[in-house]
Amino acid sequence: MSGAQGSYYLPNPSPYPLVASMGLFLLALGFVFFVNDVAMGPWAMIAGAAVIVLMMFRWFGVVISESQSGAYNQQVDSSFRMGMAWFIFSEVMFFAAFFGALFYVRQFSVEWLAGTELLWPGYEGGWPTAGPAGAEVIAADTPPSAANQFSPMGAWGIPAINTLLLLTSGATLTVAHWGLRKGNRSQLIIWLALTVVLGISFLGFQAFEYAHAYSELGLTLKAGVYGATFFMLTGFHGFHVTMGVIMLTVILVRCIKGHFSADHHFAFEGVAWYWHFVDVVWLGLFVFVYWL
Amino acid sequence: MSTDHHEDRPQGLTRWLFTTNHKDIGTLYLWFSFTMAVVGGIMSLVIRSELWEPGLQIVEPGFFNQMTTLHGLIMVFGFVMPAFVGLANWQLPMMIGAPDMALPRMNNWSFWLLPPAATLLVLSLFAPGGAPGVGWTLYAPLSTRAGMGMDFVILSIHMLGISSILGSINIIATILNMRAPGMILMKMPMFVWSWLITAFLLLAAIPVLAGAVTMLLTDRHFGTSFFDAAGGGDPVLFQHIFWFFGHPEVYILVLPAFGVFSQIIPTFARKPLFGYTSMVFATATIAFLSFIVWAHHMYTVGMPMGGELFFMYATMLIAVPTGVKVFNWVSTMWQGSMTFETPMLWAIGGVFTFTMGGITGLMLSVTPADFQYHDTYFVVAHFHYTIIGGSVLAIFAAVYYWLPKWTGHMFSEPLGKTHFWLTLIGFNLTFFPQHFLGLAGMPRRIPDYALQFTGFNEVSTVGSFITIVAQLIFFYLVFKCIRGGKKATDQVWEDAEGLEWAVPSPAPYHTFATPPQVK
Repeated sequence: MSGAQGSYYLPNPSPYPLVASMGLFLLALGFVFFVNDVAMGPWAMIAGAAVIVLMMFRWFGVVISESQSGAYNQQVDSSFRMGMAWFIFSEVMFFAAFFGALFYVRQFSVEWLAGTELLWPGYEGGWPTAGPAGAEVIAADTPPSAANQFSPMGAWGIPAINTLLLLTSGATLTVAHWGLRKGNRSQLIIWLALTVVLGISFLGFQAFEYAHAYSELGLTLKAGVYGATFFMLTGFHGFHVTMGVIMLTVILVRCIKGHFSADHHFAFEGVAWYWHFVDVVWLGLFVFVYWL
Repeated sequence: MSTDHHEDRPQGLTRWLFTTNHKDIGTLYLWFSFTMAVVGGIMSLVIRSELWEPGLQIVEPGFFNQMTTLHGLIMVFGFVMPAFVGLANWQLPMMIGAPDMALPRMNNWSFWLLPPAATLLVLSLFAPGGAPGVGWTLYAPLSTRAGMGMDFVILSIHMLGISSILGSINIIATILNMRAPGMILMKMPMFVWSWLITAFLLLAAIPVLAGAVTMLLTDRHFGTSFFDAAGGGDPVLFQHIFWFFGHPEVYILVLPAFGVFSQIIPTFARKPLFGYTSMVFATATIAFLSFIVWAHHMYTVGMPMGGELFFMYATMLIAVPTGVKVFNWVSTMWQGSMTFETPMLWAIGGVFTFTMGGITGLMLSVTPADFQYHDTYFVVAHFHYTIIGGSVLAIFAAVYYWLPKWTGHMFSEPLGKTHFWLTLIGFNLTFFPQHFLGLAGMPRRIPDYALQFTGFNEVSTVGSFITIVAQLIFFYLVFKCIRGGKKATDQVWEDAEGLEWAVPSPAPYHTFATPPQVK
């Protein structure tokens, strides 16, 4: 049944979606157990994650071999493009929820809390804050002198470097794409590899920044609503960068294997779109989380 | 159009587990949704039995709250949404002249995410402390302090959300990319249009819900303070984020129903749909407005006056495009050669009861009036008139309309009509008195009530049992129709128009091998 149906392409029945769901179920169940301190939780999570990773290898493997065999026509290519584009749109809305929370807290809730003199006497609103019952805020990037203090993350150290790294990686990725379009293999591979390196450097800096926040600034997830929004936004972004680096690496391997041609390389473009999306989210983070 | 090559497929269980066929997946979606409807329906009977008389008799108050919570979540995420996705799976490719959905493997995944997610939802009942009794809206701070069952619900919502996002991506790609030549956008059947717009609503709204429940999760277990004023957060923030999802969600539930009405009414009025273009734009307008009215669910929570006014006027504005749609349906019937086969009865009943729900919605949109109605049975009556009166009646209408195309057999008209009248009467008996209860001040989500509310509550409980028992007729009718019956013609209904009526009944496994020409 696979292959051309008249002028259409229809894939064969596949076990992998079901396997993916089972893996996700194990992961979710394990997570529920894990956060509630049930002993089997972590094991179920590991099993679920393993199932998902294996499934991805197999499912993507099938798609790659179908693509290599030339089974995908123009219409399938368009479906993939629309799928990826609208998936990225849904990701934008996911981040919008957290940005919305940040704006709401900064514009409304902190100010209103400062207005209720009866409930929280002496609390002055302002940003950054850990809330009326939270830690005291001291100047940016200074080590706290008392246990009940935290210091926010300044914008012009590591975050500025990271901005530069990500923006550069967007450019190098485009140069790699030009190489692919021109059929210049070495340009493609070198610049794509450089993109991966830049992405990994970003993650390295961010890991360093997190360690710095936890060990020296007293800035943790528990540091009131500043800590919550800071780590939630940068953490989910970091997770997306990690995914992006893995995707870029897979694409790099496929480039080295010669999977792509100048006019047939949607996988490359899909990953590039995703990378640019991650880039744009970072700009929002830099401006609203770190800078302003 | 059908060839032998088309029909080969794995047999037995693996056909259903591994399938990439839109018809198989549509069937799975529909059976899943009706199964969940039974589960949610039983929970509603627990609620109504407890409310038969004042005082506590059958269940503990905590368990009562768990029932209202799970009933809501199951009916919204387990019944109505999957039922419409099932209808989309069956019908969209046939209606636009495509062989299948654009991304068939992902289609399978969208479905097979649902049973595990539903399992998590139901498993929450067996967690220590039981399921959360926080209401389907999961308001903080109650939900940040609820027991382990809440975590099951949160993870279940994540999986349901992934399913919805993948499903809507697939629907968008199918409609935009798989239409037969000549099927320009403004020639698409209204059911297709409604689903295209609904899919965009899903894509924009569901990730926001995912964000909201993620923040709940971290507030519960990782020490964040998004919804905790002591840390600078705000419980009201949860309500804003939730309803930013929640209001588009109600249109996600009802826009496909509008599409169904717009398919069925022209067929049995034997006239083309009145005002097709205005229907398309009205639907799009409703979708847009649905994103800027969310705070009308929370007038009483404390908002600046400007906010209260903005959300009131924006909400009232929705009555305009909705009114356009109701006007167009009525105008389609005007001077038509009407017959009242089962699908038409459901559609007309649906338009009528939905309009009643719309009008109570308009009453609720008035901020000062809402201060009275808020959290009373008036609200319960209102949204059941829209969701059952609109969406559920439309689901049945659609199943009756297309069942002969799916099975190749006509169903029993007398049984279908009995099902309709019993459901309509039972449903109105259940929910019409709740308007009066709410206006008289009976609060929702409470297992006990003051003596003077007894009479109306008894009527309501009798109505709910009639409604649920009537559904047995439906299951019997569907089984009978699958097994046999009078052979359906290709066109099935005398004046039905559209590509799905041009193919044989039952429709071939892959409907179109080459694109049909649309004139």
